[in-house]
Amino acid sequence: MSTAVASPKLTRKDFVSDQDVRWCPGCGDYAILAQVQKVMPELGVAREQTVFISGIGCSSRFPYYMNTYGFHSIHGRAPAIATGLKASRPDLSVWVVTGDGDALSIGGNHLIHALRRNLDINILLFNNRIYGLTKGQYSPTSEQGKITKSTPLGSVDYPFSPISLALGADASFVARTIDVEAKHLQEIVRRAHEHRGTSFVEILQNCNIFNDGAFAALTEKDTKADTQLVLEHGKPLVFGKNRDQGIRMRGHALEVVQLGSGVTESDLIVHDEQDPVLAFLLGQMAPPKFPTPIGIFRTVNRPTYESILSNQIRAAKQRQGDGDLDELLRRGDTWTVA
Amino acid sequence: MAVPPIESTAAVHVAKPVEERQSVVIRFAGDSGDGMQVAGMQFTNETALAGNDLSTLPDFPAEIRAPAGTLAGVSGFQLNFSSREIFTPGDDLDVLVAMNPAALKVNIGDLRHNGILIVDTESFNEQNLKKAEYKSNPLGDGSLDRFQLFPVDISRLTAVTLKDMNLSARTVGRCKNFFALGLTSWLFHRPVEPTIKWIRARFQKTPELAEANTKVLKAGYNFGETTEVFAASYDVKPARIQPGTYRNITGNSALAIGFVAAARQAGLPLFLGSYPITPASDILHELATYKNFGVTTFQAEDEIAGVGAALGAAFGGAVGITTTSGPGMCLKAETVNLAVSVELPIVIADIQRGGPSTGLPTKTEQADLLMALYGRNSDSPVPIIAAATPADCFFAALEAVRIAVKYMTPVILLSDGYLANGAEPWLIPKAADLPEFKVTFRSDPNGFYPYLRDETTLSRPWVVPGTANMEHRIGGLEKEYLSGNVSYAPANHEQMVRVRARKVAGIAAEMPPTEVHGAPEGELLVIGWGSTYGSIAAAVRGVQLQGKSVSQVHLRYLNPLPADLGDVIARFKKVLVPEMNMGQLVKVLRAEYLVNAIGLNKIQGLPFKVSEITARINRMLEA
Repeated sequence: MSTAVASPKLTRKDFVSDQDVRWCPGCGDYAILAQVQKVMPELGVAREQTVFISGIGCSSRFPYYMNTYGFHSIHGRAPAIATGLKASRPDLSVWVVTGDGDALSIGGNHLIHALRRNLDINILLFNNRIYGLTKGQYSPTSEQGKITKSTPLGSVDYPFSPISLALGADASFVARTIDVEAKHLQEIVRRAHEHRGTSFVEILQNCNIFNDGAFAALTEKDTKADTQLVLEHGKPLVFGKNRDQGIRMRGHALEVVQLGSGVTESDLIVHDEQDPVLAFLLGQMAPPKFPTPIGIFRTVNRPTYESILSNQIRAAKQRQGDGDLDELLRRGDTWTVA
Repeated sequence: MAVPPIESTAAVHVAKPVEERQSVVIRFAGDSGDGMQVAGMQFTNETALAGNDLSTLPDFPAEIRAPAGTLAGVSGFQLNFSSREIFTPGDDLDVLVAMNPAALKVNIGDLRHNGILIVDTESFNEQNLKKAEYKSNPLGDGSLDRFQLFPVDISRLTAVTLKDMNLSARTVGRCKNFFALGLTSWLFHRPVEPTIKWIRARFQKTPELAEANTKVLKAGYNFGETTEVFAASYDVKPARIQPGTYRNITGNSALAIGFVAAARQAGLPLFLGSYPITPASDILHELATYKNFGVTTFQAEDEIAGVGAALGAAFGGAVGITTTSGPGMCLKAETVNLAVSVELPIVIADIQRGGPSTGLPTKTEQADLLMALYGRNSDSPVPIIAAATPADCFFAALEAVRIAVKYMTPVILLSDGYLANGAEPWLIPKAADLPEFKVTFRSDPNGFYPYLRDETTLSRPWVVPGTANMEHRIGGLEKEYLSGNVSYAPANHEQMVRVRARKVAGIAAEMPPTEVHGAPEGELLVIGWGSTYGSIAAAVRGVQLQGKSVSQVHLRYLNPLPADLGDVIARFKKVLVPEMNMGQLVKVLRAEYLVNAIGLNKIQGLPFKVSEITARINRMLEA
């Protein structure tokens, strides 16, 4: 199968399927869909070479709305299905769309193994910190004490940080963005595509029905400058409405410092997308003590699973020649009866 | 006893009297670390090359190294070889080789009266006797008087043979299985050259081990010939079998090769997604060595990912397969159901073992039939085919893949632990003679719908990603009949449930007429499926030779059942269904054909003995 080069004329519309979008009005998923459809034509990949695979949940309806190949599978298993597809068809651009329940609860095992294997696939995890499709139970990213239908006295579980989990699985590309940050989201999706290896993108997404405002502080115009820390490679970690706050190393921990009065930008940490220690520390940063980092926590180059696999197959063919079935059938000790 | 000189065994010269036997059942038994499986397999190889028909039954504990010398740690390998056609590894033993008291205790009950019993005397020490829970030494208390007991100091003779080689006691101890093999090879006129060749290849990197094992093998052989322990040796003439080139093959190996062949016949790459599980892992191991055939093996993080990856590969246009056993089948059910819904071809090979739960990992059973038929939510029809013998696994794999790609459906292939590890001679087919079922992906967008159905097979088109202008979405939600769009419409759902069922039921139309072994009508029909084939065939033929009215049908297809099966059954007064379960096929037959079929059930992790089935057949004929 040839890798067709995308016609330069493709537009967002070419990636919009003929299906009615059926998320609740006001859902953050609409914004994510719009941005992904907008970025797709710019990636230089033909529509037919693109495959979206999802599990179960609100986010997992995503493939129906993309005019590409798509597979709406079963709860939590999208990474496994994507692995089989990509391993056998490295020519395809494979995307996994999942949610916090799908990826981190029922599909946690597949997620971490996909991350460590490092196939060249992109995993978009829509994190709304709630179960939406089943109408409002707490999720593995819900804050402790969350009162929901299944936890009337507050949830007891301690939540996952998806970023820390991905870093812990040694993912080669780990990023976070926000549904309503259109430009940022587009940029992260683009970078995820460009990365050779498994790209893990957490997209903070508002569920306006069951967990409305979960990220309000992060997205409201008047607060977001103080609550978002935008990570940029090679730049110091500065944030705040007046760009007067920063992140500094103190011992083995991070701290927020006020710039001025003796503290300058040169005292701050300079973001390095390849520093694993920094990535871990940033992954642990959370409000109220810290701003929420968005951007790329870590991107490193590691051979992809499918490239190693293809090399093995190529080497075997070189060494042993193309398999001859008759030779295979007659392997081992044989004897002839006349 | 003096150690006989090491001589070449290239020319077999037998001075002692030779008795001819039609068939022999021999079992090697010892500690799971004693190398009994190796001894048994090499004896099998020698026997195959000697031209006998044969059938084997390895029987080993689930623990890799159970405590040495204990009853739980006994490992056995049984072989039946004959100058006539045979169907099973044999009921009662003619020869038992027991390397320690525990092996004797576990196996002596199977040795026939006056059978040959070879024991390693040195192992019958106080400590081992205690571990085997013997109150007195059976070698001296008369309890073995009804057998031909041959006490041979195998351990010591092995040590003496190797005394100049400067090997550790442990290494020397691990060579003694070759003494037993050499001795039995002499006793039954087996050529040891294939074993010497095998030793050379196996220990290529450790020449001193190759030398040691070869020496011990020859010492065992020469011991039989030179000493006066054995008064006679036995010859089993080659069987008159169909001309051609043969090899010995296990069920798992036949499945692995069968899948490679099937993918080639389909013209597609083979993708195996699998998680290690006994007794299926060897298929993964073997396929992993076939990379130059374009085979991709993926060891998944769990059973679910194994089948999930296979389904993903099938979506991309590969022959997607997964291999497992009962506990894995439970985990794969949801994905198999997804494959039913999205109508993509995958093959799920279930190498059944004793259950429920972890059950008996290394022992055989055929109790997953009802799970294969019904173990998924909702109405979820899946074609099921079963292999009957180790070599038949090859053709079962071909047929499973053929049906999967032709009908765009998951197919469950049932094998079991007995077929997986058991071996038999196989008349090697030519690649050119295999059925061809080349797959063509649809690439014409004109008039295309994802769920447009072929008029004959009712299968939907296979369109792989990368095909321009045919982008479409599939999923586990109910689909509109033609377009495949998500649909919850009541009438559409019924239509889809029915068409999925009709598609699978329609496979019966292309099945060959059901083969009846024996008269096409009569008193009793014995119906079986899977690995019971050999025991049933041997029993039915035995009773037929007595002039009684009994016939055999062995089912390859469990779903759908052959279209003519009801008519075949109706021509017999009684129906017997032997199964290694509580009665699963019998339930299906009773439900399907309103027939008073009777079950014969054995659930011991062991195959049926021929005599067990014979006895039941005779009882039913007399009643």
